[in-house]
Amino acid sequence: MLTKRVIPCLDVRAGRVTKGVKFKNNVDLGDPVEMAVAYSTGGADELVFYDITASAEGRPIDIGMVEAVARAVRIPFAVGGGIATVDDMERVILAGAEKISVNSLAVRHPSIIAKGAAAFGRQCVVLGMDPVRSARCPSGYEITTRGFRDFTGMDAVEWAKRAADLGAGEIVVNSVDADGMRTGFELEITRLIAEAVDVPVVASGGAGRPEHLVEVFQKASADAAIVAGMIHSGDFTIAEIKNAMHAAGIPTRMSY
Amino acid sequence: MLAIVDYRAGNLTSVRNAFSALGAEALVTRSPAAVAAAERVVFPGVGAAASAMANLRELGLLEAVRASALSGRPFLGICLGMQILFEHSEEDGGVDTLGVLSGRVRRFPHAPGCKIPEIGWNQVEGMEDAGVPAGGEFYFVHSYYAEKSPDTWGVTEYAGIEFTASVRRGNLVATQFHPEKSGRIGLDFLSWFLSL
Repeated sequence: MLTKRVIPCLDVRAGRVTKGVKFKNNVDLGDPVEMAVAYSTGGADELVFYDITASAEGRPIDIGMVEAVARAVRIPFAVGGGIATVDDMERVILAGAEKISVNSLAVRHPSIIAKGAAAFGRQCVVLGMDPVRSARCPSGYEITTRGFRDFTGMDAVEWAKRAADLGAGEIVVNSVDADGMRTGFELEITRLIAEAVDVPVVASGGAGRPEHLVEVFQKASADAAIVAGMIHSGDFTIAEIKNAMHAAGIPTRMSY
Repeated sequence: MLAIVDYRAGNLTSVRNAFSALGAEALVTRSPAAVAAAERVVFPGVGAAASAMANLRELGLLEAVRASALSGRPFLGICLGMQILFEHSEEDGGVDTLGVLSGRVRRFPHAPGCKIPEIGWNQVEGMEDAGVPAGGEFYFVHSYYAEKSPDTWGVTEYAGIEFTASVRRGNLVATQFHPEKSGRIGLDFLSWFLSL
Protein backbone atom coordinates (compact mmCIF):
# COMPACT_ATOMS: atom_id res chain seq x y z
CA MET A 1 0.00 0.00 0.00
CA LEU A 2 1.24 3.46 -0.84
CA THR A 3 2.40 5.14 2.37
CA LYS A 4 1.62 8.67 3.48
CA ARG A 5 4.68 10.89 3.21
CA VAL A 6 6.27 13.08 5.89
CA ILE A 7 8.22 15.91 4.26
CA PRO A 8 10.50 18.25 6.21
CA CYS A 9 10.61 21.74 4.74
CA LEU A 10 13.83 23.74 4.87
CA ASP A 11 13.62 27.47 4.22
CA VAL A 12 17.01 28.63 3.01
CA ARG A 13 18.21 32.20 3.32
CA ALA A 14 21.77 33.11 2.31
CA GLY A 15 22.87 29.49 2.42
CA ARG A 16 21.45 28.77 5.89
CA VAL A 17 18.21 27.12 6.96
CA THR A 18 15.97 29.58 8.80
CA LYS A 19 12.52 29.50 10.28
CA GLY A 20 10.12 32.34 10.88
CA VAL A 21 6.46 32.77 11.65
CA LYS A 22 4.43 33.96 8.69
CA PHE A 23 7.70 34.74 6.91
CA LYS A 24 8.89 37.02 9.73
CA ASN A 25 11.39 36.88 12.61
CA ASN A 26 13.68 34.37 10.93
CA VAL A 27 16.18 32.54 13.11
CA ASP A 28 19.21 30.51 11.96
CA LEU A 29 18.76 26.74 12.22
CA GLY A 30 21.78 25.28 10.47
CA ASP A 31 23.44 24.05 7.31
CA PRO A 32 21.02 22.81 4.63
CA VAL A 33 23.10 19.81 3.56
CA GLU A 34 23.77 18.63 7.13
CA MET A 35 20.08 18.98 7.99
CA ALA A 36 19.05 17.18 4.80
CA VAL A 37 21.27 14.22 5.65
CA ALA A 38 20.03 14.07 9.24
CA TYR A 39 16.38 14.16 8.19
CA SER A 40 16.76 11.69 5.32
CA THR A 41 18.44 9.10 7.53
CA GLY A 42 15.96 9.92 10.30
CA GLY A 43 12.94 8.81 8.29
CA ALA A 44 11.95 11.71 6.03
CA ASP A 45 10.16 10.41 2.93
CA GLU A 46 11.09 13.46 0.85
CA LEU A 47 12.49 16.92 1.42
CA VAL A 48 11.54 20.35 0.18
CA PHE A 49 13.79 23.40 0.02
CA TYR A 50 12.62 26.94 -0.49
CA ASP A 51 15.21 29.54 -1.39
CA ILE A 52 13.06 32.10 0.36
CA THR A 53 14.96 35.24 -0.56
CA ALA A 54 15.78 34.40 -4.20
CA SER A 55 12.57 35.87 -5.65
CA ALA A 56 12.62 38.98 -3.49
CA GLU A 57 16.26 39.64 -4.36
CA GLY A 58 15.61 38.95 -8.04
CA ARG A 59 18.38 36.35 -8.25
CA PRO A 60 18.35 32.74 -9.42
CA ILE A 61 18.19 29.84 -7.03
CA ASP A 62 21.42 28.62 -5.38
CA ILE A 63 22.35 25.75 -7.73
CA GLY A 64 25.45 24.87 -5.72
CA MET A 65 23.26 24.03 -2.74
CA VAL A 66 20.97 21.86 -4.89
CA GLU A 67 23.98 19.92 -6.21
CA ALA A 68 25.40 19.46 -2.72
CA VAL A 69 22.07 18.15 -1.40
CA ALA A 70 21.74 15.77 -4.38
CA ARG A 71 25.17 14.32 -3.66
CA ALA A 72 24.43 13.90 0.02
CA VAL A 73 20.93 12.41 0.18
CA ARG A 74 19.30 9.39 -1.45
CA ILE A 75 15.68 10.45 -1.16
CA PRO A 76 13.67 12.70 -3.49
CA PHE A 77 13.58 16.44 -2.96
CA ALA A 78 11.81 19.45 -4.38
CA VAL A 79 13.14 22.96 -4.74
CA GLY A 80 11.25 26.23 -4.94
CA GLY A 81 11.97 29.93 -4.98
CA GLY A 82 13.75 31.97 -7.60
CA ILE A 83 12.33 29.99 -10.53
CA ALA A 84 11.34 32.30 -13.37
CA THR A 85 11.70 30.28 -16.56
CA VAL A 86 11.79 26.75 -17.97
CA ASP A 87 15.57 27.15 -18.19
CA ASP A 88 15.68 27.78 -14.44
CA MET A 89 13.65 24.60 -13.92
CA GLU A 90 16.05 22.65 -16.09
CA ARG A 91 19.10 23.84 -14.14
CA VAL A 92 17.49 22.71 -10.87
CA ILE A 93 16.58 19.31 -12.31
CA LEU A 94 20.01 18.75 -13.85
CA ALA A 95 21.52 19.63 -10.47
CA GLY A 96 19.70 16.60 -9.06
CA ALA A 97 16.32 17.74 -7.69
CA GLU A 98 13.29 15.63 -8.59
CA LYS A 99 10.74 18.40 -8.52
CA ILE A 100 10.40 22.12 -8.94
CA SER A 101 7.84 24.02 -6.96
CA VAL A 102 6.26 27.12 -8.48
CA ASN A 103 3.90 29.43 -6.63
CA SER A 104 3.61 33.19 -7.31
CA LEU A 105 5.16 32.71 -10.74
CA ALA A 106 2.40 30.30 -11.77
CA VAL A 107 -0.28 32.77 -10.67
CA ARG A 108 1.27 35.45 -12.88
CA HIS A 109 2.10 33.07 -15.74
CA PRO A 110 0.03 29.86 -15.53
CA SER A 111 1.61 28.64 -18.78
CA ILE A 112 4.84 27.88 -16.86
CA ILE A 113 3.04 24.82 -15.44
CA ALA A 114 2.24 23.45 -18.89
CA LYS A 115 5.69 24.29 -20.23
CA GLY A 116 7.41 22.60 -17.29
CA ALA A 117 5.20 19.51 -17.58
CA ALA A 118 5.86 19.26 -21.32
CA ALA A 119 9.61 19.61 -20.83
CA PHE A 120 10.19 17.37 -17.82
CA GLY A 121 6.99 15.41 -17.18
CA ARG A 122 4.21 16.44 -14.85
CA GLN A 123 5.71 14.56 -11.91
CA CYS A 124 8.45 17.23 -11.85
CA VAL A 125 6.11 20.19 -11.54
CA VAL A 126 4.68 20.99 -8.11
CA LEU A 127 2.24 23.84 -7.64
CA GLY A 128 2.61 25.52 -4.29
CA MET A 129 -0.28 27.71 -3.18
CA ASP A 130 -0.88 29.99 -0.21
CA PRO A 131 -4.63 30.17 0.41
CA VAL A 132 -6.14 32.36 3.12
CA ARG A 133 -9.68 32.35 4.50
CA SER A 134 -11.69 34.88 2.55
CA ALA A 135 -15.37 35.59 2.08
CA ARG A 136 -14.66 36.93 -1.40
CA CYS A 137 -14.24 33.47 -2.96
CA PRO A 138 -16.85 30.69 -3.40
CA SER A 139 -14.76 28.03 -1.62
CA GLY A 140 -14.06 30.45 1.25
CA TYR A 141 -10.34 30.54 0.43
CA GLU A 142 -8.41 33.04 -1.67
CA ILE A 143 -4.96 32.66 -3.22
CA THR A 144 -2.25 35.01 -1.97
CA THR A 145 1.18 35.49 -3.51
CA ARG A 146 4.60 36.91 -2.71
CA GLY A 147 4.77 35.50 0.80
CA PHE A 148 1.15 36.29 1.68
CA ARG A 149 1.55 39.97 0.77
CA ASP A 150 -0.72 40.14 -2.28
CA PHE A 151 -4.34 39.03 -2.53
CA THR A 152 -5.28 37.81 -5.99
CA GLY A 153 -9.06 37.39 -5.86
CA MET A 154 -8.54 33.83 -7.18
CA ASP A 155 -10.52 31.02 -5.61
CA ALA A 156 -8.16 28.41 -4.14
CA VAL A 157 -10.14 25.34 -5.27
CA GLU A 158 -10.63 26.69 -8.79
CA TRP A 159 -6.92 27.47 -9.04
CA ALA A 160 -5.99 23.96 -7.87
CA LYS A 161 -8.22 22.39 -10.53
CA ARG A 162 -6.84 24.63 -13.23
CA ALA A 163 -3.24 23.95 -12.23
CA ALA A 164 -3.85 20.18 -12.30
CA ASP A 165 -5.41 20.55 -15.77
CA LEU A 166 -2.40 22.55 -16.92
CA GLY A 167 -0.09 19.72 -15.83
CA ALA A 168 0.88 20.16 -12.18
CA GLY A 169 1.78 16.71 -10.86
CA GLU A 170 1.24 17.58 -7.22
CA ILE A 171 -0.24 20.44 -5.22
CA VAL A 172 1.10 21.80 -1.94
CA VAL A 173 -1.61 23.58 0.04
CA ASN A 174 0.11 25.94 2.45
CA SER A 175 -2.42 27.60 4.70
CA VAL A 176 -1.61 31.22 5.41
CA ASP A 177 -3.80 31.15 8.51
CA ALA A 178 -2.01 28.14 9.99
CA ASP A 179 1.56 28.78 8.79
CA GLY A 180 4.05 28.78 11.64
CA MET A 181 1.35 28.62 14.31
CA ARG A 182 1.93 24.94 15.14
CA THR A 183 -1.75 24.55 16.05
CA GLY A 184 -2.55 21.97 13.36
CA PHE A 185 -3.12 21.94 9.63
CA GLU A 186 -6.01 23.84 8.06
CA LEU A 187 -8.10 20.73 7.45
CA GLU A 188 -10.95 22.28 5.49
CA ILE A 189 -9.03 23.76 2.57
CA THR A 190 -6.75 20.71 2.43
CA ARG A 191 -9.77 18.41 2.15
CA LEU A 192 -11.57 20.63 -0.36
CA ILE A 193 -8.57 20.55 -2.68
CA ALA A 194 -7.73 16.88 -2.10
CA GLU A 195 -11.28 16.01 -3.16
CA ALA A 196 -11.29 18.40 -6.13
CA VAL A 197 -8.16 17.20 -7.96
CA ASP A 198 -6.84 13.81 -9.13
CA VAL A 199 -3.20 14.57 -8.36
CA PRO A 200 -1.60 14.10 -4.92
CA VAL A 201 -2.11 16.88 -2.38
CA VAL A 202 0.47 17.86 0.22
CA ALA A 203 -0.74 19.61 3.37
CA SER A 204 1.46 22.42 4.63
CA GLY A 205 1.43 24.96 7.44
CA GLY A 206 0.51 24.44 11.04
CA ALA A 207 2.12 21.12 12.03
CA GLY A 208 3.02 21.32 15.71
CA ARG A 209 2.45 17.83 17.09
CA PRO A 210 2.43 14.27 15.66
CA GLU A 211 -1.38 14.16 16.11
CA HIS A 212 -1.70 17.00 13.61
CA LEU A 213 -0.33 14.72 10.89
CA VAL A 214 -2.60 11.87 11.94
CA GLU A 215 -5.52 14.29 11.71
CA VAL A 216 -4.68 15.68 8.26
CA PHE A 217 -4.28 12.17 6.81
CA GLN A 218 -7.42 10.81 8.43
CA LYS A 219 -9.74 13.78 8.08
CA ALA A 220 -8.48 15.77 5.10
CA SER A 221 -7.40 13.04 2.63
CA ALA A 222 -3.89 14.48 2.29
CA ASP A 223 -1.32 12.31 0.52
CA ALA A 224 1.66 13.90 2.25
CA ALA A 225 2.31 16.51 4.93
CA ILE A 226 5.04 19.07 5.42
CA VAL A 227 6.66 19.61 8.81
CA ALA A 228 9.07 22.35 9.78
CA GLY A 229 9.22 24.10 13.16
CA MET A 230 8.11 21.09 15.19
CA ILE A 231 11.18 19.11 14.09
CA HIS A 232 13.62 21.98 13.55
CA SER A 233 13.11 23.03 17.17
CA GLY A 234 13.91 19.52 18.38
CA ASP A 235 10.49 19.27 20.05
CA PHE A 236 9.70 16.15 18.00
CA THR A 237 11.57 13.71 15.76
CA ILE A 238 10.36 12.29 12.47
CA ALA A 239 10.41 8.87 14.16
CA GLU A 240 7.97 10.13 16.79
CA ILE A 241 5.67 11.47 14.08
CA LYS A 242 5.82 8.21 12.15
CA ASN A 243 5.23 6.11 15.27
CA ALA A 244 2.07 8.10 15.94
CA MET A 245 0.90 7.68 12.35
CA HIS A 246 1.64 3.95 12.39
CA ALA A 247 -0.15 3.52 15.73
CA ALA A 248 -3.20 5.27 14.25
CA GLY A 249 -3.32 2.78 11.38
CA ILE A 250 -2.03 5.15 8.70
CA PRO A 251 0.18 3.45 6.09
CA THR A 252 3.64 4.70 7.03
CA ARG A 253 7.16 3.84 5.91
CA MET A 254 8.73 2.54 9.13
CA SER A 255 12.05 1.09 7.86
CA TYR A 256 14.66 3.64 6.92
CA MET B 1 32.81 -0.08 -16.87
CA LEU B 2 29.32 1.02 -15.91
CA ALA B 3 27.50 3.02 -18.58
CA ILE B 4 24.41 5.13 -17.91
CA VAL B 5 22.48 5.67 -21.13
CA ASP B 6 21.70 9.33 -21.73
CA TYR B 7 18.90 9.62 -24.27
CA ARG B 8 17.48 12.96 -23.12
CA ALA B 9 14.92 11.20 -20.91
CA GLY B 10 15.26 13.14 -17.72
CA ASN B 11 17.79 13.76 -15.06
CA LEU B 12 20.63 11.27 -14.68
CA THR B 13 22.38 13.08 -11.85
CA SER B 14 20.61 11.11 -9.13
CA VAL B 15 21.46 7.77 -10.72
CA ARG B 16 25.11 8.72 -11.13
CA ASN B 17 25.25 10.10 -7.57
CA ALA B 18 23.83 6.88 -6.14
CA PHE B 19 26.39 4.67 -7.90
CA SER B 20 29.09 7.12 -6.91
CA ALA B 21 28.04 6.71 -3.27
CA LEU B 22 28.71 2.98 -3.75
CA GLY B 23 32.17 3.68 -5.16
CA ALA B 24 31.14 2.88 -8.74
CA GLU B 25 32.01 5.70 -11.09
CA ALA B 26 29.73 5.64 -14.10
CA LEU B 27 30.12 6.91 -17.63
CA VAL B 28 27.06 8.89 -18.73
CA THR B 29 26.97 8.38 -22.47
CA ARG B 30 25.04 8.85 -25.70
CA SER B 31 27.48 6.72 -27.66
CA PRO B 32 26.05 3.45 -29.06
CA ALA B 33 29.58 2.03 -29.14
CA ALA B 34 30.13 2.83 -25.46
CA VAL B 35 26.82 1.16 -24.56
CA ALA B 36 27.79 -1.90 -26.63
CA ALA B 37 31.18 -2.12 -24.97
CA ALA B 38 30.06 -1.55 -21.38
CA GLU B 39 30.43 -4.28 -18.81
CA ARG B 40 27.11 -3.21 -17.28
CA VAL B 41 24.45 -0.81 -18.48
CA VAL B 42 21.96 1.34 -16.60
CA PHE B 43 18.98 2.54 -18.63
CA PRO B 44 17.06 5.16 -16.62
CA GLY B 45 14.25 7.36 -17.83
CA VAL B 46 11.65 9.87 -16.78
CA GLY B 47 9.08 11.36 -19.11
CA ALA B 48 6.88 9.98 -21.86
CA ALA B 49 7.25 6.73 -23.81
CA ALA B 50 6.82 8.18 -27.32
CA SER B 51 9.46 10.88 -26.93
CA ALA B 52 11.81 8.37 -25.29
CA MET B 53 11.48 6.04 -28.29
CA ALA B 54 11.94 8.94 -30.69
CA ASN B 55 15.09 10.05 -28.85
CA LEU B 56 16.56 6.53 -28.92
CA ARG B 57 16.02 6.39 -32.69
CA GLU B 58 17.35 9.87 -33.31
CA LEU B 59 20.49 9.23 -31.27
CA GLY B 60 21.04 5.87 -32.93
CA LEU B 61 20.85 4.14 -29.54
CA LEU B 62 17.84 1.91 -30.06
CA GLU B 63 19.65 -1.18 -31.33
CA ALA B 64 22.55 -0.76 -28.90
CA VAL B 65 20.16 -0.66 -25.94
CA ARG B 66 18.13 -3.61 -27.19
CA ALA B 67 21.26 -5.66 -27.86
CA SER B 68 22.71 -4.78 -24.48
CA ALA B 69 19.49 -5.81 -22.69
CA LEU B 70 19.58 -9.16 -24.52
CA SER B 71 23.34 -9.68 -24.19
CA GLY B 72 23.34 -11.52 -20.88
CA ARG B 73 25.54 -8.82 -19.34
CA PRO B 74 24.12 -6.99 -16.30
CA PHE B 75 21.50 -4.48 -17.44
CA LEU B 76 19.30 -2.31 -15.20
CA GLY B 77 16.27 -0.43 -16.52
CA ILE B 78 14.70 2.16 -14.21
CA CYS B 79 11.13 3.58 -14.34
CA LEU B 80 10.46 4.57 -17.98
CA GLY B 81 13.61 2.58 -18.77
CA MET B 82 11.74 -0.50 -17.55
CA GLN B 83 8.44 0.36 -19.25
CA ILE B 84 9.89 0.73 -22.73
CA LEU B 85 11.58 -2.69 -22.51
CA PHE B 86 8.06 -4.11 -22.95
CA GLU B 87 6.23 -4.44 -26.26
CA HIS B 88 3.70 -1.65 -26.10
CA SER B 89 2.62 1.30 -23.97
CA GLU B 90 -0.78 2.96 -23.83
CA GLU B 91 0.95 6.30 -23.29
CA ASP B 92 0.72 9.04 -25.93
CA GLY B 93 -2.20 7.31 -27.66
CA GLY B 94 -0.30 4.01 -27.91
CA VAL B 95 3.31 3.42 -28.84
CA ASP B 96 5.28 0.29 -29.76
CA THR B 97 8.35 0.00 -27.57
CA LEU B 98 11.52 -2.13 -27.52
CA GLY B 99 9.89 -5.54 -27.13
CA VAL B 100 12.76 -7.01 -25.11
CA LEU B 101 10.15 -8.24 -22.60
CA SER B 102 6.72 -9.56 -23.44
CA GLY B 103 3.92 -7.54 -21.91
CA ARG B 104 2.14 -4.22 -22.03
CA VAL B 105 2.14 -0.93 -20.15
CA ARG B 106 -1.18 0.62 -19.20
CA ARG B 107 -2.52 3.74 -17.50
CA PHE B 108 -3.75 3.46 -13.91
CA PRO B 109 -7.54 3.59 -13.79
CA HIS B 110 -9.27 6.15 -11.65
CA ALA B 111 -9.94 4.57 -8.27
CA PRO B 112 -11.40 6.24 -5.17
CA GLY B 113 -8.68 7.83 -3.05
CA CYS B 114 -5.90 6.83 -5.45
CA LYS B 115 -4.25 9.83 -7.04
CA ILE B 116 -2.43 9.71 -10.37
CA PRO B 117 0.58 9.82 -10.60
CA GLU B 118 1.32 7.34 -7.85
CA ILE B 119 3.95 9.30 -5.92
CA GLY B 120 5.69 7.90 -2.87
CA TRP B 121 6.95 4.81 -1.09
CA ASN B 122 5.17 1.52 -1.69
CA GLN B 123 5.82 -2.07 -0.66
CA VAL B 124 7.44 -4.57 -3.02
CA GLU B 125 7.04 -8.32 -2.62
CA GLY B 126 9.02 -11.08 -4.26
CA MET B 127 12.60 -9.80 -4.46
CA GLU B 128 14.01 -11.65 -1.47
CA ASP B 129 16.61 -13.34 -3.71
CA ALA B 130 18.22 -9.91 -4.18
CA GLY B 131 18.25 -9.34 -0.43
CA VAL B 132 15.15 -7.10 -0.47
CA PRO B 133 13.07 -7.77 2.65
CA ALA B 134 9.47 -8.85 2.01
CA GLY B 135 7.37 -5.70 1.80
CA GLY B 136 10.44 -3.48 1.48
CA GLU B 137 9.44 0.07 0.55
CA PHE B 138 10.77 1.83 -2.56
CA TYR B 139 10.04 5.22 -4.10
CA PHE B 140 7.64 5.24 -7.07
CA VAL B 141 6.58 8.06 -9.42
CA HIS B 142 4.42 6.93 -12.34
CA SER B 143 1.05 7.19 -14.04
CA TYR B 144 1.49 4.03 -16.15
CA TYR B 145 2.26 0.51 -14.98
CA ALA B 146 3.45 -2.74 -16.55
CA GLU B 147 0.99 -5.60 -16.37
CA LYS B 148 2.22 -8.76 -14.72
CA SER B 149 4.10 -10.87 -17.25
CA PRO B 150 6.37 -13.96 -17.42
CA ASP B 151 9.43 -11.97 -16.32
CA THR B 152 7.70 -10.16 -13.44
CA TRP B 153 9.87 -10.35 -10.33
CA GLY B 154 8.69 -7.86 -7.68
CA VAL B 155 5.02 -6.92 -7.40
CA THR B 156 3.30 -3.91 -5.87
CA GLU B 157 -0.34 -2.89 -5.49
CA TYR B 158 -1.88 0.48 -6.32
CA ALA B 159 -5.33 1.64 -7.39
CA GLY B 160 -6.60 -1.89 -6.88
CA ILE B 161 -4.08 -3.35 -9.36
CA GLU B 162 -1.17 -5.65 -8.66
CA PHE B 163 1.49 -4.54 -11.12
CA THR B 164 5.08 -5.27 -12.11
CA ALA B 165 7.39 -3.45 -9.69
CA SER B 166 10.44 -5.16 -11.18
CA VAL B 167 11.42 -7.75 -13.77
CA ARG B 168 14.31 -10.17 -13.88
CA ARG B 169 15.54 -12.53 -16.56
CA GLY B 170 19.03 -13.59 -15.55
CA ASN B 171 21.21 -10.49 -15.54
CA LEU B 172 18.51 -8.39 -17.17
CA VAL B 173 16.76 -6.53 -14.36
CA ALA B 174 14.51 -3.51 -14.36
CA THR B 175 12.48 -1.63 -11.79
CA GLN B 176 9.43 0.59 -11.91
CA PHE B 177 10.60 2.21 -8.68
CA HIS B 178 13.63 4.47 -8.32
CA PRO B 179 16.33 2.60 -6.38
CA GLU B 180 18.56 5.68 -6.63
CA LYS B 181 15.99 7.62 -4.61
CA SER B 182 14.94 4.86 -2.22
CA GLY B 183 17.27 5.52 0.68
CA ARG B 184 19.24 2.69 2.21
CA ILE B 185 17.12 -0.11 0.75
CA GLY B 186 17.64 1.39 -2.72
CA LEU B 187 21.41 1.59 -2.30
CA ASP B 188 21.44 -2.03 -1.10
CA PHE B 189 19.59 -3.02 -4.25
CA LEU B 190 22.03 -1.11 -6.51
CA SER B 191 24.89 -2.75 -4.64
CA TRP B 192 23.31 -6.13 -5.41
CA PHE B 193 23.11 -5.14 -9.09
CA LEU B 194 26.83 -4.30 -9.04
CA SER B 195 27.50 -7.81 -7.71
CA LEU B 196 25.87 -9.48 -10.74
